[in-house]
Amino acid sequence: MDTKRLWKEFSKGLWNELPPFRLVLGLCPTLAVTKAASTGLGMGAGVIFVLVLSNLLISLVRKIIPAKVRIACFIVIAASLVVIVELLMQAFDYPLYLELGIFVPLIVVNCIILGRAEAFASKNGPLLSVADGLGMGLGFTMSLTFLGSLRELFGSGTLFGAQLMPAAYKPFGFMVEAPGAFVCLGLLLAGMNYMNNVRRRRQGLAAVDGPSHDCGACGLCGK
Amino acid sequence: MQEYVLLFIGAIFVNNIVLAQYLGNCPFIGTSKEIGVALGMGGAVVFVVVLATAFTWLVQHYILAPFGLAYLQTLAFILVIAALVQFVEMFLKKAVPPLYSALGIFLPLITTNCAVMGIALLVQREEFGLFKSVMFAFASGVGFMLALVLLAGIREKLAVKRLPRAIRGTPMGLIMAGLMSLAFMAFKGMIS
Repeated sequence: MDTKRLWKEFSKGLWNELPPFRLVLGLCPTLAVTKAASTGLGMGAGVIFVLVLSNLLISLVRKIIPAKVRIACFIVIAASLVVIVELLMQAFDYPLYLELGIFVPLIVVNCIILGRAEAFASKNGPLLSVADGLGMGLGFTMSLTFLGSLRELFGSGTLFGAQLMPAAYKPFGFMVEAPGAFVCLGLLLAGMNYMNNVRRRRQGLAAVDGPSHDCGACGLCGK
Repeated sequence: MQEYVLLFIGAIFVNNIVLAQYLGNCPFIGTSKEIGVALGMGGAVVFVVVLATAFTWLVQHYILAPFGLAYLQTLAFILVIAALVQFVEMFLKKAVPPLYSALGIFLPLITTNCAVMGIALLVQREEFGLFKSVMFAFASGVGFMLALVLLAGIREKLAVKRLPRAIRGTPMGLIMAGLMSLAFMAFKGMIS
């Protein structure tokens, strides 16, 4: 296994297939837990844990599982890992667990987990699958932390809880409410599409439409 | 009676499952390009969410809680929901073909719809009784359907408008959802 291939699978999650922005998967946690940068980071850590281990386990058992019941097996593996995350979070960071609320157990229905299981881990070896999971997980965490920082900075004038804006800044409450989450994510996606097209034009390629969101990318849908 | 009316209005307008609680966003953005599709998806969600909430409530109160297995809630719920969706699909195909042809293609999507699992978990955290849970699930499902159909209506109009390329499609859908969410916030004063 050459390192080049490993790097390719790892790094695609960081830009080209950045989960919430380029693949448009896992929107619920992206919107719900990004009121502050720290909750975004905590959610990301949980997802990295589940994604890396589920990719590893699924790629290890991929040849044993019959194709017909593979989705059920993926769900059981992912759900067991989510239970572990729940218990760990309750033990070591209970305030974060309360802050994230039902979105901790909902990691199991995050399309990224099952999507990667179906699209990648069930077709590739353990090493590549771990690289893929780690890259995707880090990309997800980065995106959530970034969106969380933006919303926290403008919505409450702080970053990771530290006052950053001058005292005269009047917090823009819209940003930390539900509508702010939707609009902020929409504008970020538009910005990503724009940057992607600028890059393509520089390479002499035609501009393309942004990635359209269909649940098909999730893997469960087109069964 | 009044309690249930308030529960209904609260779940549909004030705490709309998509627009205020951030649940079920993937299908909300993914299947809101045409009104017909949105109606199908909304109907399927109402149907499944009511059944799933009833079944998971029974599992929680008659299996998990008495045996001290509450920590397995996540695992048990997702399995119940996945199995239920599978059975509903098989049953509809056999017994009610017209309903199956209307909802069939949406059913597999629903297993990973976090609104279904989310509502099942929410009613446990709120410690509702069985009847109240089912009513809450039904109202939330209707709220989801309302938001989905409204957004689909807006996006059908937007599809024929000239928009900058970067904002076409999903970004515009999200921004529209944000504006709808802002409008729905106005209902907040209805229930104190």
